[in-house]
Amino acid sequence: MIVFFILAIASIVFSVLIVAQRNVVHCAMALAATLFILAVLFLTLDAPMLGILQIIVYAGAIMILILFVIMLLNPAAIEARPAAWWTIGSIAAAALFFQFAALLLRVPLPSAGPAVPDSFGGPESIAQTLFTDFTLPFEVASVLLLVAIIGAVVLAQRQR
Amino acid sequence: MTQAPLEYYLMLGALLFAIGVAGVIIRRDVIVILMSIELMLNAVNLTFIAFARFLGSLQGQVIVFFVMTVAAAEAVVGLAIIISVFRHRESLDPRDMQLLKG
Repeated sequence: MIVFFILAIASIVFSVLIVAQRNVVHCAMALAATLFILAVLFLTLDAPMLGILQIIVYAGAIMILILFVIMLLNPAAIEARPAAWWTIGSIAAAALFFQFAALLLRVPLPSAGPAVPDSFGGPESIAQTLFTDFTLPFEVASVLLLVAIIGAVVLAQRQR
Repeated sequence: MTQAPLEYYLMLGALLFAIGVAGVIIRRDVIVILMSIELMLNAVNLTFIAFARFLGSLQGQVIVFFVMTVAAAEAVVGLAIIISVFRHRESLDPRDMQLLKG
């Protein structure tokens, strides 16, 4: 319980920093920190496999990609939006959050999770579900990744 | 160690999603907008995993696996588009990307 509150407050602080900081590199660092904290939250929810995947795929691969693009482009800092936009954005986000909260408070939710075996969320049980119930989506995902690779190469190469 | 109830995880997911929406609305930098979208996807992942734990079903975790796949593809293609646009316009400001504007 205490662990959850520490992680929740830290993730909220870092995600606000993503939005609030001027420097793009600092935003990327805040995003990496948020992703790490979410990985730990996954671990508290008996999802060790996905927690590790989160660190490898998100905090590793995707963050490195974003940082490389920032380094490559070396963008000049764009002037911030006028204060009116900050007000509009904050109000819209707050309205969205209160809609979600109202919905959550109305719907009956299971109070405590059922007891799960130790293997819950491990590589073996995930693979079991993945290759029995989700075989077709798995194949589609592999095609999607292939298309993304080819698309990225075609888009990013220099036009001759 | 007692586990936090499901509502707390869902509230945290909703809050992170709302912060991501605020980032998309407020920021003027395409890379930061992309990062905010990643944050929103992660908030949804947290919700899926919380439900998977509290319903005792692994299907939520497998869906998160697919969301990660799609997020990786989205980030790769999005960054390639950003590089390509930056070569032509020398800018990361979405206001400069309005060729289709009537």
